[in-house]
Amino acid sequence: MFRAALRLSVSGARSLTRSRPQYTASVAARSYSHGKQETDEEFDARWVTYFNKPDIDAWELRKGMNTLIGYDLVPEPKILEAALRACRRLNDLASAIRILEAVKDKSGPHKEIYPYVLQELRPTLSELGIPTPEELGIDKA
Amino acid sequence: MEMLHLTAGRVAGLLSRRGVAVFSTSGVKMASHGGVTEQTDMSVPLYCDRLDTPLPDRPYKDTLSAADKSLKQKEKGPWNSLSKEEKLALYRIMFNETYAEMKKPTGEWKTVLGGIFFFIGFTGLVVLWQRYYVYPPHPRTLDDEWQAMQVKRMLDMRVNPVEGFSAKWDYEKGQWK
Repeated sequence: MFRAALRLSVSGARSLTRSRPQYTASVAARSYSHGKQETDEEFDARWVTYFNKPDIDAWELRKGMNTLIGYDLVPEPKILEAALRACRRLNDLASAIRILEAVKDKSGPHKEIYPYVLQELRPTLSELGIPTPEELGIDKA
Repeated sequence: MEMLHLTAGRVAGLLSRRGVAVFSTSGVKMASHGGVTEQTDMSVPLYCDRLDTPLPDRPYKDTLSAADKSLKQKEKGPWNSLSKEEKLALYRIMFNETYAEMKKPTGEWKTVLGGIFFFIGFTGLVVLWQRYYVYPPHPRTLDDEWQAMQVKRMLDMRVNPVEGFSAKWDYEKGQWK
């Protein structure tokens, strides 16, 4: 049902001239009894390509992030780096910070994931000037 | 058959009267419109603070002040040149609550527990009132005096003398075994 909804929202809203990313391919997080299973690398590559689109628009960024966070996984740092760079192209610092917050939330009880992700993203964060929620003091209510 | 005709006629009369009533009430409703509270316009993108939706459909602040607008202009340049306060301001323009604020405990459990205890207490008062105002008079067969006479009678009758009641009474010594 989720797949069908994705297909509907992707194909219905966007123009047909761009090559549409294949949301409808099977995702590594799902277990189907038939069909080719997508590997983790293929999944990551697909999402990196999605966010690396040079002329990505704000809707696509939001859609991509909300979809990604909906999956039962924490996105790889390379996907997040592509998403942060997309925020930069869209001149949206707030969304970049929000993405980091979402990653921390997504890790749930696994407290070691977020520091690892930040460590991997440190060069990108410094280059683009994206503060972490901790640096801004918004990690505590 | 006669009854049928009568009732049918009565029903018809009722219906016609009800029809008139319907017209008049709907007229009253239309005349008193304006008591409806303002509703969110669901036909436009809405903002939401949700943990599973990091980037809502629109920014939190729609109308930007002049200061906000100039900040948004500055956002187009390198972000390293923004101060911490400016970065925070940009975040607050875009979003209402931070994730930490969304996840803050509400203390709702205290209200729930308090409400539970309050109503249990109230129920206790009701039960107490019942005890004095609803229960019929105390049956005399439950008095100690009557119970003693009842036990004596049961022993005299040799109720369950083999394994039960009277078997536990020592008839020679006149006491319980």
